Amino acid sequence: MDFKERIYLWEIVKGLWITLRHLVYNLFHQRSMPTLHYPEEQRPMPARYRGRHRLTQRDDGSLKCTACMLCATACPAKCIYIEAQEGLPEGTEKRPQVYNIDMLKCVYCSLCVEACPCDAIRMDTGLMPPPADSREKFIYRIEELTKYPAIKHPNPPFLHRCGKL
Amino acid sequence: MIVSCLPEIGYLHRAFEKSSEKGSYTEVIPYTDRLNYCSAMMNNVGYCMAVEKFFDLTIPERGIYVRMIVSEMSRIMDHLVCIGTNAVDLGALTNFWYFFQAREELYDLIESLCGARLTTTYTRIGGVMADLPEGWAGRLEALLAKLYKVLEDVDGLLTKNRIFIDRTRGVGGISAEDAIGYGFTGPCLRACGVAHDLRKANPYMFYDRFQFDVPTGERGDVYDRYLVRMAEMRQSLRLLEQLLATLPGGPVNADNPLVVLPPKEKVYGSIEGLISQFELIIKGVQPPAGEVYVATEAANGELGFYIVSDGTGRPYRVRVRPPCFPLMSSMPHLVKGQMLADMVATLGSINIIAGELDR
Repeated sequence: MDFKERIYLWEIVKGLWITLRHLVYNLFHQRSMPTLHYPEEQRPMPARYRGRHRLTQRDDGSLKCTACMLCATACPAKCIYIEAQEGLPEGTEKRPQVYNIDMLKCVYCSLCVEACPCDAIRMDTGLMPPPADSREKFIYRIEELTKYPAIKHPNPPFLHRCGKL
Repeated sequence: MIVSCLPEIGYLHRAFEKSSEKGSYTEVIPYTDRLNYCSAMMNNVGYCMAVEKFFDLTIPERGIYVRMIVSEMSRIMDHLVCIGTNAVDLGALTNFWYFFQAREELYDLIESLCGARLTTTYTRIGGVMADLPEGWAGRLEALLAKLYKVLEDVDGLLTKNRIFIDRTRGVGGISAEDAIGYGFTGPCLRACGVAHDLRKANPYMFYDRFQFDVPTGERGDVYDRYLVRMAEMRQSLRLLEQLLATLPGGPVNADNPLVVLPPKEKVYGSIEGLISQFELIIKGVQPPAGEVYVATEAANGELGFYIVSDGTGRPYRVRVRPPCFPLMSSMPHLVKGQMLADMVATLGSINIIAGELDR
């Protein structure tokens, strides 16, 4: 340490100058402050944000899911439970009778989205699952999984390794 | 005065290694996020490199560049947290805010890249989840200039600050011999004056193509660790600049249907793609029987993955060599004979991440 550092005063003035500069800058640039008035103000989620799941539907409102179980197989948390039933009209593809995702187990890794061979599940709602007061309410059934539309990126068919989001 | 010290670990033990044996090789990737959660991308990269060693895979240049970019970003984020929290423990809160604002912007980039901030799950065996989004490289480039400024600010506040020097100089020191004896790696070893960096000593990915220095300290104390980390962030910024300047185009994933899922266009549009999607998801990636060890230079030091395969779709054994464990085991040595308040400074400076320490 040289004399200036040893007496400390010179460095304290330099340090105060740095913090003062930030203070003055922030006073005159309040719009570019990094903080938000959450929850009134919310940050827009990026297009690739892995949020609450969504089961996609065909134009007639039926689920695209064919209950092939690939998502449930790929899931590292084993949080997807599917029961299949006969498709409509009879003799066509299967469809899910029960499709449950246990949100308390889900780790939001999007491996199910990658595994899906028919674009039936996406994580593009841009939402976080809301808190609930019982474990049962965290098991999302087909109704909850089709409730919210994709709000962030309307039609990203090839999320996996497309790079165009 | 500290007479003796006994680290008690294991409170964040989640049986990572045992859980890894339950699922496919791909299912381990989300688990690796939770090792060192301050630089999750580096664990993803290290694990995938280990599995890829089983195969004769050529990952396209762009894929490796992307992995290097996210690795260096993670290194910066990790060091920002380490220095920021270390300074908070010593009573200097301002640096923490300056660093966390910079880290926040880095996290924003990570989030728009992979869709999550902390639990990234970004790499896949044979490549990465998705290519960089449009305009992402430009955003990162714009951020680099800001990061240099943040480092300058904190440099001005801490490096010559008499109070900070008095609290850290000569505290928690260790000699180079002892550090090697304990198995130190990473910034804490380099602070002792040993210029050992796996990126230079055993270049993986393309680290041998780029210019960067390995900063070292002299005394191995808390102050030197701080200096080494600051210098390393500057070197990472330098690497990022070079990486962005030479980023090649092309695909990011290896072209091997036994390892990498087919592109979605093929899955939706052709029977071959659909079949290989089902085959790969149900059977999983199946490396030949054998064992590999791959070590990468993570933010804290050598992060090694030792994987034994029995030829099936599930790992027979996954063993992690965490950089934190040897550091934590040296705590009694580091703090013996020091004041109790120095314990806080020492513990912060070796950057213990419990997720990685206990697994």
